[in-house]
Amino acid sequence: MDQNLEKILVRGNEAVAMGAIDAGCRLFFGYPITPQNEIPEYLSKHLPPLGGEFIQAESEIASINLLLGASATGARAMSSSSSPGISLMQEGISYMAGSELPAVIVNISRSGPGLGGISASQGDYFQATRGGGHGDYRMIVLAPSTVQEMYDLTCLAFDLSDKYRNPAMILGDALIGQMKEPLIRRKPQQMDLPPKDWKLTGAKGRKPNKIKSLYLQEGELTEHNWKLYQKYEKMKEEEVRFETVNTEDARFVIAAFGSMARVSKTAMELAREEGMKVGLFRPITLFPYPEKALYDISTRVKQFLTVELNTGQMVEDVRLSVGRDAQVFFYGKPPGALPPPEEILEEIKKYY
Amino acid sequence: MSNAKVQISNQAQISKHKWAAFLIFRHLSFPWHLDFAFELEGLKMELVFKRPECLIDVPFHFCPGCHHGIAHRLVAEAIDYFKIREKTIGVASVGCSVFMYDYFNIDVLEAPHGRASAVASGVKRARKDLIVFTIQGDGDLGAIGIGEGIHTANRGENITLIFANNGIYGMTGGQMAPTTLLGQKTTTSPYGRDFTYDGYPIRMAEMMATLEGSAFVARVAVNNPANLMKAKKAVRKAFQMQVEEMGFSFVEILMSCPTNWGLSSLEANRRVEEEMIPYFPLGILKERKMADYL
Repeated sequence: MDQNLEKILVRGNEAVAMGAIDAGCRLFFGYPITPQNEIPEYLSKHLPPLGGEFIQAESEIASINLLLGASATGARAMSSSSSPGISLMQEGISYMAGSELPAVIVNISRSGPGLGGISASQGDYFQATRGGGHGDYRMIVLAPSTVQEMYDLTCLAFDLSDKYRNPAMILGDALIGQMKEPLIRRKPQQMDLPPKDWKLTGAKGRKPNKIKSLYLQEGELTEHNWKLYQKYEKMKEEEVRFETVNTEDARFVIAAFGSMARVSKTAMELAREEGMKVGLFRPITLFPYPEKALYDISTRVKQFLTVELNTGQMVEDVRLSVGRDAQVFFYGKPPGALPPPEEILEEIKKYY
Repeated sequence: MSNAKVQISNQAQISKHKWAAFLIFRHLSFPWHLDFAFELEGLKMELVFKRPECLIDVPFHFCPGCHHGIAHRLVAEAIDYFKIREKTIGVASVGCSVFMYDYFNIDVLEAPHGRASAVASGVKRARKDLIVFTIQGDGDLGAIGIGEGIHTANRGENITLIFANNGIYGMTGGQMAPTTLLGQKTTTSPYGRDFTYDGYPIRMAEMMATLEGSAFVARVAVNNPANLMKAKKAVRKAFQMQVEEMGFSFVEILMSCPTNWGLSSLEANRRVEEEMIPYFPLGILKERKMADYL
């Protein structure tokens, strides 16, 4: 792959597709849905010349199961969709978590519930971070807030999902997916990853490999669930990623992720201009959530404002993370319109 | 409409079916694990029949008289015949077929309910050098996974789908399936399947044959030795189509479910002949002679 270090102007969705290709993904399965169509469109054009496979499946249900099958061979594979389609994929994601199969699923989320609309929303936070499907499992969830991060975090998602044998999700939204920004297509160095000795390649010269999520023997499933739990605990130890801006001297911190972190950053700058010591806390991994980092901040900062494009989801994690003496306020904007920074500034002034 | 619990009155029929059941029983219960290619003082005995290499030497969990074990054996024989055990991936569907990984000495992947053909397609697209098959039941393929099944066939995915049609949900305890016959009583059609409420039994093989993407479509039964031999041929042909990259191959096997039909093994075999085959006619519905990309 050519390492093009020039800045190129691309859409967020295209950056995801480029990241996938640069991470070695050669298989993509998807179904059209707004606002993520640039991902399958780009890959339908660019995967076949690379010897890859692109299938426009008959549904998101088929997409996620094609992904499951491809992943079982040890290949890097991806699917993308948007909220209603991601709902349809939950069964397959649960099976992949249960069968310990890596894969990357991209949710360029739109608004709901139901058909909702195509505007940006962060209403899928619970679905993404709490497992989403049936059973006791978690997904690695990465929340980009720039086009560059759409690329970088997609590459990272492949590494993390391989490292933990667990599905990983890119949780973007219509805003990040559709906007254009400069991108440096700098392929990150791949992690040292364990060999995929579990993959299905035909039982030649070895015992058959079995990939399954059904455990019926007494105690087997209990043990399996604890094993998965240990994996999630390890993710919490090793994979937490976040960004802090001006939190060192802050006495008030905005917590926001993805697109809302961008607006919140501007609001923070406006507040600073007015002499208010405001900082920004932006989780990049929504699971594992940066609980400890947020707690550490709360030993110095006693006021937090969570800003989200919904009626209050991540705020629960902020409240669970901070110390008991910290106050957590919430400013939510259900889908329809994005709040301008001034609106958030007014909110800060209410509590500062 | 006929009831599953048929009265047996014809003595000649009984003996015919007893014989069929006996042969099938022999087929299943033969001590395959004994390697009887022994030598006796210069007298060499040729090994003519044994457990297929790709079946593990464990007893099936299937109920007495169930045809599922026969289907497994036919698939195993085909895999052995083409010497592809070391590059075959089985996709286990949900239902009585899920324990495939306990019986086949091959790599196996378990699919969510109904999604086996999509999962199998994913495996095949990632590794076209592998041979991929799945055994799906009538609930799995005919109901919850009918969309995946049709589109897999329509895309001409080069995989083999064995459709185990016993007209009932076996594993969950005998509920009505999409292929349950009209009038048949099940735990969720206690008055007998009535088309005004439940629609009609679906003929999957005929539907698959209409799709341009399917290369080989057959319906077979294993209720008597003659049908069993035809079934063996069809299953082998289906794998041959995949080996030769001809496209999607599909074999529907009519099977008995004595337990959930409430019949003896013998009566169940007879029901396959008298009730299922008339509605689900046997035969090769489609056989592509040349790969469509040639």
